[in-house]
Amino acid sequence: MAEPGTSFGQGLKSALTDSLLAGIIAFALFSLVLGLRTVDNVTGLTLRPRPMLLLVAVGIVFFGRLLLNLFVWQAEHPLTTPFAKLFRRDPFDKRDVVVLGATALLAVAGFILAALLDAPAYELIGVAVLVFIGLGLLRRAVVHMFPNLPWGRIFVVGGILFALFFPLTTFGLEKAFHLGLPLRYWFDLAILVLTYVMLGWGLNIVVGLAGLLDLGYVAFYAVGAYTFALLATHFGLGFWLCLPIAGFAAALWGVILGFPVLRLRGDYLAIVTLAFGEIVRIILLNWTEVTNGPNGISSIPKPTFFGLPFAPFAGGTTFSQFFGIKYDPLQGIIFLYYVILALAFLTNLVTLRLRRLPIGRAWEAMREDEIACRSLGINTTITKLTAFATGAMFGGLAGSFFATRQGFISPESFTFIESAIILAIVVLGGMGSQLGVAIAAVVMVGGFEALRHTEGLQSFFGAGFDPALYRMLLFGIAMVGIMVWRPRGIIASRSPSIVLDKTRAVAPELVEQGRA
Amino acid sequence: MPEPGEGEAGVFMAYFLQQLINGIALGSIYGLIAIGYTMVYGIIGMINFAHGDIFMVGAFIALIAFLAVLSIGITMIPLALLIVLVVAMLLTAVWGWTVERVAYRPLRESFRLAPLITAIGMSIVLQNFIQVSQGARVKPLQPVITGGFEFFKQGDFTVIISNIQILIVATTLVLMGVFWLIISRTALGRAQRACEQDRLMASLSGVDVDRTISLTFVIGAALAAVAGLLYLLYYGVIDFYIGFIVGIKAFTAAVFGGIGSLPGAMLGGLVIGLIETFWSAYFTIEYKDVAAFSMLAIVLIFFPTGLLGRPEVEKV
Repeated sequence: MAEPGTSFGQGLKSALTDSLLAGIIAFALFSLVLGLRTVDNVTGLTLRPRPMLLLVAVGIVFFGRLLLNLFVWQAEHPLTTPFAKLFRRDPFDKRDVVVLGATALLAVAGFILAALLDAPAYELIGVAVLVFIGLGLLRRAVVHMFPNLPWGRIFVVGGILFALFFPLTTFGLEKAFHLGLPLRYWFDLAILVLTYVMLGWGLNIVVGLAGLLDLGYVAFYAVGAYTFALLATHFGLGFWLCLPIAGFAAALWGVILGFPVLRLRGDYLAIVTLAFGEIVRIILLNWTEVTNGPNGISSIPKPTFFGLPFAPFAGGTTFSQFFGIKYDPLQGIIFLYYVILALAFLTNLVTLRLRRLPIGRAWEAMREDEIACRSLGINTTITKLTAFATGAMFGGLAGSFFATRQGFISPESFTFIESAIILAIVVLGGMGSQLGVAIAAVVMVGGFEALRHTEGLQSFFGAGFDPALYRMLLFGIAMVGIMVWRPRGIIASRSPSIVLDKTRAVAPELVEQGRA
Repeated sequence: MPEPGEGEAGVFMAYFLQQLINGIALGSIYGLIAIGYTMVYGIIGMINFAHGDIFMVGAFIALIAFLAVLSIGITMIPLALLIVLVVAMLLTAVWGWTVERVAYRPLRESFRLAPLITAIGMSIVLQNFIQVSQGARVKPLQPVITGGFEFFKQGDFTVIISNIQILIVATTLVLMGVFWLIISRTALGRAQRACEQDRLMASLSGVDVDRTISLTFVIGAALAAVAGLLYLLYYGVIDFYIGFIVGIKAFTAAVFGGIGSLPGAMLGGLVIGLIETFWSAYFTIEYKDVAAFSMLAIVLIFFPTGLLGRPEVEKV
């Protein structure tokens, strides 16, 4: 808004027109589905009007768009630039400092005001803004001081070390100082995150490396889970014996389902794999004699530590008795954590090694161009089937881990939405990037979980507000939003596994056009 | 459901005929939705995964509009249904337009999978938006259109064509006719066919590609709204999840008929409707979706171009 006078007036006019249009469209969208609520009555359905809700929704769209128009989209110096600069390297100018300083001041003022008025929700917002700015400044400072550090590598090593020592350290601290940490919850969440990391890495082989869009990945997860559950409950086999069997069974199914779809490409492949995933779920649901239908399979055994179970007492020696330590239910959970961590690392390791083998090279070549690949003499049938089988195997391993951790499985756990979540993790992480997938899994599952525990939001929207209801809605919005914002994923630069001569930087334009 | 083939062949035939009628009615609904898939795929080459949920939103808008129209005192059913039809088509078209504008247009030049991912995201958004705003429970509606013709009587089995079935088939036929005229006679139809053949070339010859694509989504959504209204009247019960399964079946229909081909979509819809109805009637009803999904796989594998489609040329 540096241009004075008339140009601002024109800007305001066009911004107002645009926002008004958006408001009208929002009114058309929401008028019936939001403005009127169907209510069940004894006499049948009736309607309850909700004019306030409609007004608020339309108002948010109108004013939100007006503000964005004025200060971001049509402004000469968008208000968002200083915040974006926090995460870039170019220097601040005076305007940026003013904007950031004013924001920080506002946040502090808001925090104090909220503390005086005893409104924790607004305190939370103030703190979040300050933390955001603080993190950005810290990041800039660190990058400024050490400009040439290999950040990717530091991140990877740091992440691995954290994953390795996190449960033991926190457990030790808790035992030594009795801090009252919610360890059980932390470990459960970490196990969940790692399960999705493993699933993401497994699907990454199919989608990221081989370029085959699989919307039915959850079928292999289900095959693994049910293989282990059925073997364990019918034949009394243990987890460690069943794990390879489950992986093998899933891989077999990968080949069986992969065979018919060899000729399909792109979107068609996606839809057929989706159909296969649904078929598997419907069969699990209706084949009651074997799968127990919707009631699922319960009392699936937990894994043992070289034959030593985690229990206060058992028929034989238990883990705690053998090592002469006091029994603690957390021991079993920590063990589960390390099992899934090992499985996830195995997935990653195998993927990284396979990428250097001819088969991995063939996958990536096929992803880039199938016809060129065929004309170079690569057998695309074998290449596709191995990709399906390898991805499916890891899905199956993760599935049997899921079964043993839950102790109970039913077809409910293997719906399409699960496939969509795993695929979202892979795509949002940046297809083919192992680190990106891990980060996306942490962000997705962590963010998803955070919504479960937001007492702050409740004080914001009233006591009747149940954030769990809005989780999937927000998940969908995030999926669309991130994709539109960064179509190539969070970690956008996928380094090619093989390059001629020397490593070369890939130009962003090429990446955007999908050629790199 | 009576067991077929118990007595004489006549009852068997009558039962078969009844299923044929039911299948055609169901297939007409699938056909209307399939047109949305086939048009969008033809013009921008993507599977509009959210189209099934647009159909669901259309059904909800129709339900609410119907209740609203009744509550303001219009009790003449044909008039009420006409108003509901227009309102549902208009508002659902706005939904279709918005989905395209928000989720697909920014990714038009992006890599191939990007719009498919946002489409899945949009499908999740629409489902959960309706779940949050209207509740997760099923919404029943008392039968609005009742009665029917006794078509044919054989022993103690009567073949009935209900009025709603007649309405479904008639509406579908009329809409197909109108739609066919739009595609083959109007400037919009020409622009659509031009974009389908070569988007760049079309834009060079003065076709507003963005506008054409938007209108394609608008028309598809309006037809899906009609399908939603008919579905609501036929089954009398909807919930926020109907879009997923119905959407996949309609997509199957579009592929079966040959994606990009409009008569193909209608034909495919009829075939899928018949397969599903006959499967439920003669085999197990639990596995009727498996039948439809297997059909999709078989069709794609053995006739990737469908019944009336053109072969897709692969280029390096």
